[in-house]
Amino acid sequence: MKKFNLTKFLVWGSALFTLGVLAYIILFILWNGIPAMNLGLFEWKYTSNNVSMMPAIISTLITIGLSLLIAAPIGVFTAFYLVEYADRGSRFLRVIRLATDTLAAVPSIVFGLFGMLFFVIQMEMGYSHIAGILTITIMILPVIISSTEEALLSVDNSLRMGSLALGAGKLRTIFTVVLPVAMPGILSGIILAIGRIVGESAALLYTMGSSSGMINNLTSSGRTLAVHMFVLSNEGFHVKEAYATATVLIVIVLIINSLSTFIGNKLGSGGK
Amino acid sequence: MQRDFSEKFMKYVFMFCALISIISILLIFYFIFIGGRVVDTPNGRVLEFDGGLPFLTEKGFLDVIFGTNWRPNASTPSFGILPMIIGSILVTLGAIIVGVPIGVLTAIFMAKFCPPKLYKIFKPAINLMAAIPSIVYGFFALQILVPLMRNIMPGNGMNMLTASILLGIMILPTIIGMSEASIRAVPDSFYQASVGLGATHERSVMRVVVPAASSGILSSIILGIGRAIGETMAVVLVAGNQPRIPDSLSDGVRTLTTNIVLEMGYASGDHRQALIATAAVLFVFIIVINSVFMVVKARGEQK
Repeated sequence: MKKFNLTKFLVWGSALFTLGVLAYIILFILWNGIPAMNLGLFEWKYTSNNVSMMPAIISTLITIGLSLLIAAPIGVFTAFYLVEYADRGSRFLRVIRLATDTLAAVPSIVFGLFGMLFFVIQMEMGYSHIAGILTITIMILPVIISSTEEALLSVDNSLRMGSLALGAGKLRTIFTVVLPVAMPGILSGIILAIGRIVGESAALLYTMGSSSGMINNLTSSGRTLAVHMFVLSNEGFHVKEAYATATVLIVIVLIINSLSTFIGNKLGSGGK
Repeated sequence: MQRDFSEKFMKYVFMFCALISIISILLIFYFIFIGGRVVDTPNGRVLEFDGGLPFLTEKGFLDVIFGTNWRPNASTPSFGILPMIIGSILVTLGAIIVGVPIGVLTAIFMAKFCPPKLYKIFKPAINLMAAIPSIVYGFFALQILVPLMRNIMPGNGMNMLTASILLGIMILPTIIGMSEASIRAVPDSFYQASVGLGATHERSVMRVVVPAASSGILSSIILGIGRAIGETMAVVLVAGNQPRIPDSLSDGVRTLTTNIVLEMGYASGDHRQALIATAAVLFVFIIVINSVFMVVKARGEQK
């Protein structure tokens, strides 16, 4: 006779509930979103008839590209400094750590408000792509710093020693020996950052604005997919289109996640 | 010589990059708490915006923090944000009640009960759950939870309970990820010793391994609280957003975050200042939560 086991029941029940909620959300979105797809949604020009998400897709891609272009070097270099140069336990190191930890904890709406006050009003950029991109850049900085830091710390110290002993300078050691080994870890951090950019709406609504048109230049207002989705669901007039946008978002997130799992597996098996 | 120069030069480049984080956080502090901007217009000098602290001192710190009336556009405006503070706290509490038991139990499952084959599904699933944009969660809740609540409760379904359940689901991946890691970090000898003394697998896990991981689990909960209190775009769709202190679970509620996002688009003058002050109060909450998180985490690492 097997006795009823409460612990086992609760633990399995919770896990299945969690998995069930996730499956339900995804299937529900796809179930409603796929039939709502039509070519009009991907037309180059947005009109109130086609409610095209193409301008939003382009704006999302530009936002990802440009904010990574700024944040990736800064983040990676910061991690270089933290791991390869700074003395362990120095005051400067502690201050940087406090700064990045605090940045990581700031809610996205506070980033949005800050971006509005600083970039949009004080720097007189107006609601624009560039204001949104700069706000997002600050937001993803801690993500890139911490994953690069982790990747650098996991590089075996004997590699550094070997390179230095062969007469290479510190800089050369970092770029030709340490960086290639740490690359998968850095990449997974960048992918994580892309995920955050794609999903972000609160920080962008009042920096990039929510104009529905196609981007002309960086000083024009626009919306990313997530903001587009927010506007659609908030108005409530275009529920079908909101489902379709949600489907596109879910597909993007699925791709990003499998990519990072793939790189993570490489990280686990490679280099040994 | 050439090499010496580039070595030194790049070192300073790296250092400068490290400084950017510090500069950014200082700028954010400055603009949320202190900063102001006065512009010259044909009608004289106008204060365009002001930081949270000057506004709070001008209107009376206690009058704003403990004021229960939010009427920013009335002829005699009042800027009490107590309803939003209470709203944030209540909704976060609700999220904890929903999310923590399920999250921690799921973490225990993944670390100690999950068959390896199933784990290959669960781990990516939890990662995926963390990556789904909050707006998608909000939209899902708007389409599924809100109509459900409308049927079983008075009101239009946009209420405190809906927001709490939604946030409870949204903090699950945060809690699961970190709790699982801390349960796995408990030395296996703990478990072996307990089983060796004759305890069952379940008993060993629940009475020996999980308590040993408690500080990690606690930090995961604090991290979840931080996420819940800062969440905006999902909550704004389903919480009802009435700026009053709720009496029951079926009442609509407005949080600090949603107060900002709802009104920032058109606010000006004192109204805009009041919203910046709202962000300042939210920021203080986040800093307190983050400090507690760091203390708990540091304690756990010391052990």
